[in-house]
Amino acid sequence: MTIRVLLPAHLRHLARVKGEVELTIDGPITQRSVLDTLEAAYPMLRGTVRDHSTKQRRPFVRFFACEQDLSHEAPDTPLPEAVVTGAEPFLIVGAMAGG
Amino acid sequence: MASVRVLVGTRKGAFILMADGKRDQWEVTGPHFAGWEMYHLKGSSVDPNRIYASQSSGWFGQLIQRSDDGGNSWEPVGNEFVYDGVPGTHQWYDGTQHPWEFNRVWHLEPSLTDPDVVYAGVEDAALFRSSDGGHSWQELSGLRKHGSGPLWQPGAGGMCLHTIVLDPSNAGRIVVAISAAGAFRSDDGGTTWQPINRGLRSEGIPDADAEVGHCVHNIAISPARPGVLFMQKHWDVMRSDDGGDNWHEISGNLPSDFGFPIAVHSHEPDTVYVVPIKSDSEHFPPDGRLRVYRSRSGGHEWEALTNGLPQENCYVNILRDAMAVDTLDSCGIYFGTTGGQVYASADGGDNWRAIVRDLPPVLSVEVQTLP
Repeated sequence: MTIRVLLPAHLRHLARVKGEVELTIDGPITQRSVLDTLEAAYPMLRGTVRDHSTKQRRPFVRFFACEQDLSHEAPDTPLPEAVVTGAEPFLIVGAMAGG
Repeated sequence: MASVRVLVGTRKGAFILMADGKRDQWEVTGPHFAGWEMYHLKGSSVDPNRIYASQSSGWFGQLIQRSDDGGNSWEPVGNEFVYDGVPGTHQWYDGTQHPWEFNRVWHLEPSLTDPDVVYAGVEDAALFRSSDGGHSWQELSGLRKHGSGPLWQPGAGGMCLHTIVLDPSNAGRIVVAISAAGAFRSDDGGTTWQPINRGLRSEGIPDADAEVGHCVHNIAISPARPGVLFMQKHWDVMRSDDGGDNWHEISGNLPSDFGFPIAVHSHEPDTVYVVPIKSDSEHFPPDGRLRVYRSRSGGHEWEALTNGLPQENCYVNILRDAMAVDTLDSCGIYFGTTGGQVYASADGGDNWRAIVRDLPPVLSVEVQTLP
C-alpha cells in the first residue's frame, strides 16, 4: 500500500522533502510500520519523532489523521482505512507548545 | 591574508560571520537551521572546513550536523547518545535521586589531532566520543561511574557537561566541567577520571569545600601554557597552576565575581578575560554597564574594558560558551549576548564594536583563524 505522510516543516527541511512523503508498506498499516518505513527511507529522522531505543513518541510530537488525534493509540493499532487507502494523509505534527 | 570565521549558535539558528585579518568588514550568513536551538558549533583545528554543530529542539530532540566545506553545506550525522550500561541516578532539585536522562548536547570539542574524533558534553551530564566524524557516539563512562555521580545535581540550566578542554601538550589529558558537580580530569584519554575541585568554596552547598557539588561555569587554558587553568565559577574566578590539582581565587578587584565565560589571550598566557554579571539572580552586568574585565597579571588585578560597549541601560547576559579568541598577531576577542549582539575587539580588548546585532539570544561563539 502507498501511504501519504505529512511531516512538520522542520522535519521536511531536515529530510529535504517538499509536500507529502509517500511510503510503500507491505503488511499491517500501523503507527509502527509507518514510522519504521519512514525512518528507513529518511535515516536523518531517526530520533526526531520517537526515541531511538524505546520507540516512544517524543512528548511534543502528535499523530493526527482523519481529524482524530491518534497520539495515544498503541503503536500496533491499525490506522484508519482512509489512511490505508491513501485517501487521507497521516499527519506528524509538532505540538502547539513553547516557542 | 589570514581570515577569521566566527561561528555563532543562537536560540533560533546558527550564523556564520566572515572577515579578513583586518576584521573591520563582516559578512553574515544565516540563519542556518532556522528555528532550532544551536547550543554550540566548533571547527576542527586540523581541518578547519570540518565543523560540528549541535542542533536541538524541544519538539524533535537532538541532531548533530557536520559541514566539510566551512559551513556552506551540512549533513546530519549520528544523534544516538546512549549511556553505557544502566544509567543510574543523580540528585534532583528536591534532593531525591533521579534517573539519568539524555536531553541535549551542550558542547562539541573536536580533537586537536584527528578531524574525525570529536567529544560531546551532554545533559544529563556525561561525555561522549565519536571517532567516525560524528556518525556514532560512545560514552566515556568512567567519568559518570567514577563514584561521585549520585552526588551530582542540576544547576538552574540542567545537569550539563558544558566545558571540555583538551591539553595540546598532553594527548591523554581532558578536563571537563559539570554544573553542578565541578571539574574533572582524565590523564588517560577519558578512561579514568578524578574530581579536581580542591580549593573551590561554594557557599550554596552544605559543605562549602566538598570534593564535588560546585557549579563551575567555564574553564579556559592558554595553549602556550596548558598547565595553568582559569575558571569562572558560579561565584569566584579561580586559577590553578598544576592542571587543576589545586585552585586559588583571583577575583581581586572585579566588581562582581559572578559570571559565565572566561577566555585567555591566544599569545599572552597571563592575559585573561571575564564578563562580570551582577549576581546569580540578576543575570546582567552591574550598573547596566557592559564591561569586559582583563587581567594582564594572571588574575587579582583587573581593568575594565569599555570602549565601544554600552555603558548605560544594558541588561544582557553573556553565556558560558559565548566568548572566544582568534589567533592573529593582534589577538581578537569575541563575545555574544542574550540580546543578540556579537561584539568583537581586534586589539586584545581595548576597543570593541558590534559585528552583528539583533540576532536571537546568543548561546555560543567560536572563532576559527584561517590561513
